[in-house]
Amino acid sequence: MEEELKDIALDEQQEYVINMGPQHPSTHGVLRLVVSLKGEIVKNVQPHLGYIHRGIEKMCESITYPQIIHLTDRMDYLSAHINNEAVCLAVEKALDTEIPDRIKVIRTIMSELTRIQSHQLWWASFGMDLGGLTCFFYGLRDREKVLDIFEETCGGRMIVSYNCPGGLMYDIHPNFQKRVKDFIKYFRKIIPEYDQLLSGNVIFMERSKGIGRLSLEDAISYGVTGPSGRASGFSCDVRKHEPYSAYDRVKFNEVLRHDGDTYSRYMVRIDEMRESMNIIEQLIDNIPEGPYAVKMKPIIRLPEGEYYQRVETARGELGVFIISDGNKNPYRVKFRSPNFVNLGALNHISKDFKIADLVAIGGSLDLVIPDIDR
Amino acid sequence: MDKVQLGEFAKSLDPEIEIKEGRQFIEVTIPSPKFYQFAKKIRESDETYFDYLSCLTGVDYGHDLGVVYHLFSTKYNHGIVLKTRTTDRENPHLDSVSDIWKTADFHEREAFDLLGIRFTNHPDLRRLFLDSSWGYPLRKDYVDDINIVTK
Repeated sequence: MEEELKDIALDEQQEYVINMGPQHPSTHGVLRLVVSLKGEIVKNVQPHLGYIHRGIEKMCESITYPQIIHLTDRMDYLSAHINNEAVCLAVEKALDTEIPDRIKVIRTIMSELTRIQSHQLWWASFGMDLGGLTCFFYGLRDREKVLDIFEETCGGRMIVSYNCPGGLMYDIHPNFQKRVKDFIKYFRKIIPEYDQLLSGNVIFMERSKGIGRLSLEDAISYGVTGPSGRASGFSCDVRKHEPYSAYDRVKFNEVLRHDGDTYSRYMVRIDEMRESMNIIEQLIDNIPEGPYAVKMKPIIRLPEGEYYQRVETARGELGVFIISDGNKNPYRVKFRSPNFVNLGALNHISKDFKIADLVAIGGSLDLVIPDIDR
Repeated sequence: MDKVQLGEFAKSLDPEIEIKEGRQFIEVTIPSPKFYQFAKKIRESDETYFDYLSCLTGVDYGHDLGVVYHLFSTKYNHGIVLKTRTTDRENPHLDSVSDIWKTADFHEREAFDLLGIRFTNHPDLRRLFLDSSWGYPLRKDYVDDINIVTK
């Protein structure tokens, strides 16, 4: 590795090469970026991955479908519930299982709570990356309230494993509806505080407007989805285009912006938190009665064939591709993880910006490293 | 276009391809030497306009190695699955599509890393997660006595 670095460092361009990470506070995990610099200007960013590669896709080939769900928690641990849901939906679709409305509604509410807490943590750490330490305390304070709701109903705080093929592991806690309503009431008052603290802050705007611009064509070509893609005007919300669970019965807007810079990516996430609250408000009083799980066969075997299920996680489109040969284990599983794909655009959008902007750009892509390495 | 129309359109581009109607998508299998041209046509044609490559999966079929592409169109909101295979396990070569869809760059590096499929004309085909001393773990004949316990 040293040889390799020396070779790049002494090239004719007189570029200076530094390692950012694997232990760097702004990469939020073990991601190593090899950055070529000319003075302070970033010329090339090469991500080096694999520090926490666990081979989840390989492990999936030797375990059963209900077991796979628990591995998906460990990919994007901030969208754990949505990852679970993706696998469940794929299995249920393959078996043509009819899912009662109660399950669909609860899943949707939980997914949106997951999205809110993920964006809260992102807001907290993004503010901290840019030097606003207060954000970190505010964000985590509010996120704790969502995690408490999860803990009461699912038993877990982050790694919830609340879904299983055919429904949910257990019914919602009797306090669930009240606590969610209390949280929404609380958070509606808090969100303007976020705006005061960061969105309208002059220093923050100077550091984020016009930085790391991604055009619409490039966003589609690089496959950048989620809030990062929607900030470039790429209408990629799976909840709208291919509704699953109860998303077809709620009214919500797909948040789109067209500048494609760091500030747009920031604003899309802030607005998405508001949209998520709208979705929850429409559903929380109308949870239908019914069973919380459909009885499935003790050993689930998918019919031979290929199944592809897309869902919208907090970071973009998660695709689960299952090839089944009729056994209780899948033949091949591929997770199209949003972070892995979004990282592919990092080199393109950070070129010719300063190295301090690289921190802002990386933060605005909201990377979660276990999801990249899988 | 719906599944049937997409199938007919694909057939009109190249009569030699195999078409199968899957549960969700139309699945088109293209012989590997023709794959790049077919992908370019289906990307650029105004009627299909598949501009978004959602997923690229390398698969070990036991005898063959293959790649599955899930494509969507942001203009028409329809999807298609393309497949291609190679029988050469020792030195598998397929064409890279990273100049058609830039996202393929990373996906192909992953497929190369875990399955050993070499993509010709890829700009930077290095291993992504593992170092060069590893084998190709997603292959079915991969042996690791220490870390993989088989009952």
